[in-house]
Amino acid sequence: MNLGLGNLFWVVLQRDLLVAMRRWSDICNPVIFFVLVVALFPLALNPRAEFLRALAPGVLWIAALLAALLSLNQLFRADIEDGTMEQLLTLPYPLGLVILAKTLAHWLVTGLPVVVVAPLLAITYHLPADAIGILLLSLLIGTPTLSLLGSIGAALTAGLRQSGVLLALMVGPLMLPVLMLGARATDIALSGDDPTGPLYLLGALLALALSLAPPAAAMAIRISAD
Amino acid sequence: MWTWFFQLASPPHFYRMAGSLVPWLLWPALLLIVIGSWGGLVQAPADYQQGDGYRIIYVHVPSSYLSMMVYVTMAVAAGIGLIWRIKLAHAVAASCAPIGATFTAAALVTGMLWGKPMWGTYWQWEPRLTSELILLFLYFGYMSLRSAFNDLNQSDRASAVLALAGVVNVPIIHFSVLWWAGLHQGPSISKIDAPSIAFDMLWPLLVMILGFTLFFLGVLAMRVRGEVLEREFHSRWAQDVLRGASPMEAG
Amino acid sequence: MSEFFAMGGYANYVWPAFGITAIVLMVNLLAARRQLRQTRERLQLRLVRQSGKRVNT
Repeated sequence: MNLGLGNLFWVVLQRDLLVAMRRWSDICNPVIFFVLVVALFPLALNPRAEFLRALAPGVLWIAALLAALLSLNQLFRADIEDGTMEQLLTLPYPLGLVILAKTLAHWLVTGLPVVVVAPLLAITYHLPADAIGILLLSLLIGTPTLSLLGSIGAALTAGLRQSGVLLALMVGPLMLPVLMLGARATDIALSGDDPTGPLYLLGALLALALSLAPPAAAMAIRISAD
Repeated sequence: MWTWFFQLASPPHFYRMAGSLVPWLLWPALLLIVIGSWGGLVQAPADYQQGDGYRIIYVHVPSSYLSMMVYVTMAVAAGIGLIWRIKLAHAVAASCAPIGATFTAAALVTGMLWGKPMWGTYWQWEPRLTSELILLFLYFGYMSLRSAFNDLNQSDRASAVLALAGVVNVPIIHFSVLWWAGLHQGPSISKIDAPSIAFDMLWPLLVMILGFTLFFLGVLAMRVRGEVLEREFHSRWAQDVLRGASPMEAG
Repeated sequence: MSEFFAMGGYANYVWPAFGITAIVLMVNLLAARRQLRQTRERLQLRLVRQSGKRVNT
């Protein structure tokens, strides 16, 4: 079989999405976790409308970050365990592209549902409509960056038996700029100012992560597969 | 030049050389730190705004300088080890992390002690302290990844990738923290790096920075010796050293 | 002299800062020495065990 690079990308993407469809819990768990974390704050703190509104950008972004961190464990694990990864390693194609396809599939399955649910939860936090729009946009640009950064950590720990907390400890600090920019963009929109600045910066981080993270993760997965 | 470089990178030569170099680094470091402390605590005049409280910078600035310099050193060594597969470079990277983490902690604590009289509170979410805190997390992540592997070779290469990813992120973290702090109009320690600092206030600081750097190199050399021995366990020279049959053993 | 130790009223901050830094320097030095010594002892033990095995077989 001879594939072009674009085809390879689609084949890997389709395959991963198909595999994910068979395991619904993998898709549902991160979203359910996201909803749970968001629901914790009004219960633990104070359900007053103006208080929640001020909290909303930070809480929703922190919950999205935690959901992303929690789902990362699954990114390459199954492939390493059932031997798929070894076959992918021997392909005469750039491994970074395969990693990118896998990361995209992972984001579509775990990140996108979070982005879709976020506006609904924002309503329960009494966020005004235009701020919800910016929240949606910032999550849409920001969460793929989280997945890409996470792919490096997931690749590094793919060969380890226990990696949950370690993975979060490694990748968490790297994700902080995205969290700061995303939450702050929403916050700025909430106070009625122009949030395009941080949104552009988020876009720049996404471009940077798109170009640097897949090769780094490819290098990491080769080390893990040794 | 290149033969010198390769000789340096050869483990037995490095092991011997580092061993004899350690006292030449640590004693001058001690001397410089004592002179710098004397200069900073006694010689330098009190600041017209901050009184004697500013003297904390004589330990805070060298610590925070080392905390970042060590991280960059670690990442460069890790990159060299990853690309050219030099074991010695991996040994250097592995040895940097615990040293850097302790100096990051020192920078944090001294920064807080400076903050209490200046801001009225031990902690402000201002750029320097926040960046320092994130840097500490980066060190912790690196060290726990290292310890998660059983295989030293795998541990070296995996942690090298993380160190490189981290060092790409350090400027991004720095600038986003600056941007984020600017929004909140927090106070900053920018007073510390005022360029118009008087000479009798400046020289103890430079002496301290030099002393801390030499101290780092000395401690690093000690740690790298241990790491090199570990990585070269199967080679003849290392076993000679361990048996005490080698003249390399000095200290 | 006591004026020097008073640090213009900042004694509670200046001295702990210098003290903690001194402790960090000491800890670094001692930890590096311990690490080198322990590595050497551990490897020596491994070497003895290895050569012991070789004699037995």
